[in-house]
Amino acid sequence: MSAPNLKIEDLRVSIEDKEIIKGLDLEINGGEIHAIMGPNGTGKSTLSAALMGHPKYEVTSGKVTFNGEDLLDMEVDERAQAGLFLAMQYPSEVSGITNADFLRSAINAKREEGDEISLMKFIRELDKKMDHLEMDNAFAHRYLNEGFSGGEKKRNEILQMMMLEPKLAILDEIDSGLDIDALKVVAKGVNEMRSPDFGCLIITHYQRLLNYITPDKVHVMMQGRIVKSGGPELAQRLEAEGYDWIKEELGIKDETVGQEA
Amino acid sequence: MSVDTSLRFDKDYVTGFSSSRQEPAWLQELRLQALELAQELPMPKPDKTKIDKWNFTEFKHEATGTPVAFNELPEDVKALIGSEEEAKNVLVIHNGTPVYFALEESVKDQGVIYTDLLTAAKEHEELVKKYFMKAVAVDENRLPALHAALFVNGAFLYVPKNVELSAPIQAVYYQDDEAAIFNHVIVAAEDNSSVTYVENYLSTNESSESVANIVSEVYAGSGAKVVYGAVDNLAKGMTTYVNRRGRAEKDARIEWALGQFNDGNTVSDNTTHLIGDGSFTDTKTVTIGRGDQKQNFVAQIFNHGKHSEGYILTHGVMKDNASSIFNGITKIEHGATKSHGEQTERVLMLSEKARGDANPILLIDEDDVTAGHAASVGRIDPLQMFYLMSRGIPKAEAERLIIHGFLAPVVSQMPLESVKNRLVEVIERKVR
Ligand SMILES: Nc1ncnc2c1ncn2[C@@H]1O[C@H](COP(=O)(O)OP(=O)(O)O)[C@@H](O)[C@H]1O
Ligand SMILES: [Mg+2]
Repeated sequence: MSAPNLKIEDLRVSIEDKEIIKGLDLEINGGEIHAIMGPNGTGKSTLSAALMGHPKYEVTSGKVTFNGEDLLDMEVDERAQAGLFLAMQYPSEVSGITNADFLRSAINAKREEGDEISLMKFIRELDKKMDHLEMDNAFAHRYLNEGFSGGEKKRNEILQMMMLEPKLAILDEIDSGLDIDALKVVAKGVNEMRSPDFGCLIITHYQRLLNYITPDKVHVMMQGRIVKSGGPELAQRLEAEGYDWIKEELGIKDETVGQEA
Repeated sequence: MSVDTSLRFDKDYVTGFSSSRQEPAWLQELRLQALELAQELPMPKPDKTKIDKWNFTEFKHEATGTPVAFNELPEDVKALIGSEEEAKNVLVIHNGTPVYFALEESVKDQGVIYTDLLTAAKEHEELVKKYFMKAVAVDENRLPALHAALFVNGAFLYVPKNVELSAPIQAVYYQDDEAAIFNHVIVAAEDNSSVTYVENYLSTNESSESVANIVSEVYAGSGAKVVYGAVDNLAKGMTTYVNRRGRAEKDARIEWALGQFNDGNTVSDNTTHLIGDGSFTDTKTVTIGRGDQKQNFVAQIFNHGKHSEGYILTHGVMKDNASSIFNGITKIEHGATKSHGEQTERVLMLSEKARGDANPILLIDEDDVTAGHAASVGRIDPLQMFYLMSRGIPKAEAERLIIHGFLAPVVSQMPLESVKNRLVEVIERKVR
């Protein structure tokens, strides 16, 4: 397995003809953990959804390659099969499909017909990972996210990531709504995945999670662009001082999308 | 259309047909009266579906099947009834002819009668006379009349007082000729008895036009319990009228578990009359429409008795250009105090061109009752699709999961394991 590479160049994304991402560049390699921080409404979720191929988000220009291939040319399922994973800020609920059946379909979708994962092996893996995430086994047999609390949904996203073993995971506000114990568990899950064959983009607006997962690079997003990048110390400064100093430094009055002077 | 009917099947034809089968005189008489009615009466008018261009009257009437040993039954049929050891109480009718039959001695010894309807009409004349075309009246409209005039065969199941059967009684109606299916089922459970009946309709004729005209009558005596499972799986060439009707006496219970998976145009009416005080019925149905088919489903409950309770739960999936109307009707009659009615209809449309319409109707002529309904019609949620596909699941597989998921709440509550399994199988085949 070769180390993954995600390369985003001058990406522009619109929703309903409103431009949200306005020329964004970013490169993530295997072994690296990047964090994108930024206040609400600055385009973080739009970026992650567009990368995964959400039907409502239209990429109007720019280029994204994943392991050298044109990501934007792929269907949503093909992007996943290529090794991209998105832990969503608001995961869907799907009634009538158990978590376990869903996961097994997803795993088998990546495998050749006739080479499906054996039920025994699947259950063993699932048990192990659920233990790791301190999830009650009953969640395997509940309908996908249906009636899950916010925190349970987040854990379930991480469970899916661990079961599917992507090459590159984008975690969109995986920390929101989590108490400190749950946060540690989620961090444990991500740290477990850390390897040269795995890259990760953590989107958050708190520094909290980054106490448990040390990022290699930290980016600040405002007005649909990355406006500042640095190392872990940048996250700490943001935690201590907030975002105002950056706004001042860059002459930004309102950081949300669409409020440019 | 009435002209066509009278041309093809006249008095002489029906007399000859009935005589050739050595039917009792009363039955021949009933057929002839029904034939006259069939020529006079109007077609049924299912709410919101136009059926005046549908063919219910032009068809080949007779076909034959040949009796066979168990292991000579078609694989499709064997798959439905299980192994010879499992299929202990089963009737198989092939092209209108009973071709295989088994009934346990221990069941017979309790006085249970289970046989094809033609045999029953000869050997248990009084009983058949008591129940045949009594829940469904001959003169309701043209199609029951035509049914009574031309029915070919069917099943007769009679359970005496206080007899409780645990093993299900099965029937398979299998058609591989282009002839019509005119099948009639009677389930009569006497007071305090209990029985489960499961039927499967199967046909293979995709191309040539044919007709199914099916009537089932279920009678649950005081304190009796009838579980009625049915999986309809008639091929595209078949235009179907199916009328399943129940009557529940005091404290009786009728549970319907229906999988309605025909591929042709279908008018389905499932009506239960809660006659006695304390009677209960529960109708659960699942449906998948596909291709260009048009269907109209009525699930209807009349509360006559006090403290009677009726429940309807319907989930339908519409694919391709299919369109379906789901009419749920709860009618609480005056005097049915303390009774309760509840219904839920949900429709999921998978394509832009699919159509689904759910109409829950509560008609209440009594103050002291409780009733409720819920209905929803919606298209597949693009966010759910995105979520599933973002895990690498291809579109078709994601749709398959969502359909199973949508139907699961009904399927999982079906009262019979065998019906459940069969439903999952048919759903699987239809969503591919
Ligand atoms: N589905 C949508 N429809 C319309 N506007 C949207 C939609 N999603 C996001 N936006 C707009 O895009 C901007 C950025 O939103 P989002 O990407 O969710 O920001 P963040 O994740 O940084 O909080 C906001 O102004 C928001 O109103
Ligand atoms: Mg967001």
